Amino acid sequence: MSVKQKTIDLRKRMQEALQGGGSKAIEKQKATGKLTARERIVTLLDPNSFFEYDLFVEHSGKDFDMDKKYLPGDGVLTGTGTINGHPICIYAQDFTVAGGSLGYMHAKKITKIMDHAMKLKVPIIGINDSGGARIQEGVNSLAGYGEIFYRNTLASGVIPQISVILGPCAGGAVYSPALTDFVFVVDKISKMFITGPEVIKTVLGEEISMEELGGARVQAELTGNAHFFALSEDECFDQIKKLVSFIPWNNTKKAEAFPKKSPKTKSYKIDSVFPTNPQLPYDVRSIIKAISDDSDFLEIHERWAANIVVGFARLNGQSVGFVANQPLVLAGVLDVDSSDKAARFIRYCNAFNIPLVTLVDLPGYLPGIDQEHAGVIRHGAKILYAYSEATVPKITVILRKAYGGGYIAMCSNHLRADFVFAWPTAEIAVMGPEGAANIIFRSEILAAENPEEMRKKKIAEYKKKFANPYVAAAYGYVDAVIDPSETRHFLIHALDISKDKQEARPYKKHGIPPF
Amino acid sequence: MEEIEEKTNSEEIDYSKFQDINIDNILYSTIIPKKNQERKPYKAIDPREIYVFIPGTILKIFVKKKDKVKKGEKLITFQAMKMDNVLLAPMDGVIENVFVKEGENVNKSQILIKIK
Repeated sequence: MSVKQKTIDLRKRMQEALQGGGSKAIEKQKATGKLTARERIVTLLDPNSFFEYDLFVEHSGKDFDMDKKYLPGDGVLTGTGTINGHPICIYAQDFTVAGGSLGYMHAKKITKIMDHAMKLKVPIIGINDSGGARIQEGVNSLAGYGEIFYRNTLASGVIPQISVILGPCAGGAVYSPALTDFVFVVDKISKMFITGPEVIKTVLGEEISMEELGGARVQAELTGNAHFFALSEDECFDQIKKLVSFIPWNNTKKAEAFPKKSPKTKSYKIDSVFPTNPQLPYDVRSIIKAISDDSDFLEIHERWAANIVVGFARLNGQSVGFVANQPLVLAGVLDVDSSDKAARFIRYCNAFNIPLVTLVDLPGYLPGIDQEHAGVIRHGAKILYAYSEATVPKITVILRKAYGGGYIAMCSNHLRADFVFAWPTAEIAVMGPEGAANIIFRSEILAAENPEEMRKKKIAEYKKKFANPYVAAAYGYVDAVIDPSETRHFLIHALDISKDKQEARPYKKHGIPPF
Repeated sequence: MEEIEEKTNSEEIDYSKFQDINIDNILYSTIIPKKNQERKPYKAIDPREIYVFIPGTILKIFVKKKDKVKKGEKLITFQAMKMDNVLLAPMDGVIENVFVKEGENVNKSQILIKIK
């Protein structure tokens, strides 16, 4: 055969493999509102940038008549490409081929592209859409999963790992996304759980639908397993493209610098966000947008533990991670979930050389028996650990309340923040005036003719003396008390001179964070 | 939690739909998420009430009303998760009542035995 004939033969083989599960299976996939694996990759990646590998890999199953079946690509697509010019490795499970089930060779394709990503030092994106382990291949399927989880762990903190759940991801399979950096879910399409509704019904007699058990909303709002929530696959891909622009390709690089842009001062004015009454809330995201480039803020975990806000933005073109208490929800207290959310994000930024900007306004930790019994001690300690451990530039701005343990935890001077700025409205104290007056002036209040009046007097005294940033500034715990309108100015300069920051840590294999 | 609508100006925020939360004797006006509003009030666990730790089927009951039991004595075995699970007496006492029979399917909120 001539070169031409052989090329035609190649195209014929490719055509067969590109069919996936066949037109019927593809129709079924589209009918549930899902795109096919190939469509997903093509939509997410830059046009014509996808290079596919291992298209001709065949499954190795021998039992249960498997040797008579041809599964194109063994149910998964793997390859490389670019997103907004960034090189990435990607795999997408093909639900139309044997339900996207994971067999030995299917897993081998995935681990191969993961190994590539580690060697080439580029991000790896995994699109999950699978019925789970291929039972016919028995323990080889389990072996496949094990190899994937091990690599997820080794790659953690070396290259960005993104999981996109565009279908079922159940049983053992769901541990791969759990080990990655960011999980994206889409409403009504994503399903994540360890044991499904049928098993739960049989063993426990409790009835629940797949959606209620582990659907996208549950993962985004209740469990915190999902970092990003979208209403459609297209919206999800836009979110991924946005995220990739804020993070570096690997842990030896910094995120790409963008052209410097001013915040949208017409829509976000720092002065008009703050209410005059300190007991009233405001949306801290407006403050973030009032100081960041182009007011462009990508929030992470938006729907979970909303009493703290984390996400990426830019200051003078440089990617930064924002951590901010949100007075709009639960008065901005720290609790079990918000501590987990913040600590995880802080460690991500530290691993990938992204400076941290912390905005502080919290009255303390959430009181309650359920919080204590849920282990708020153990979880709250995570934030302290994460901030202390971080060696990226850390800049803190104390906006309003910073009482007690909350003041320490939110990247205070004592956890080695590089710069701590405070607004004139800051109240840095061991506790709020009401609580403090009750303890310190207890005897005077009890001895007074009119205890209630004395109490009010003492509260006002305490407020005047301590509910301000100047006492902390007198000890150098606050580096500068600044005019709120100059915040961006101070932050940009602080980031500029922290560019080459180096901080030593004692040698250790690794610490023991309160997991 | 439902997406919180972004308000850029403090005058735009409608404070009337906020609730108060007491932190250290100060009331803060804020949004309280559904999960926090729906939390069940604390109920202390009474160790004299015996429950299963996972739903299952009662296999064998070793005690009856008015029996004297010692700490660590076998009270009930039940089948769950493919295992025969044992419940032991947490303290010395007398059986006040047995509420289930052998072969019955039980869940975690059903009391099995009450010790006096």
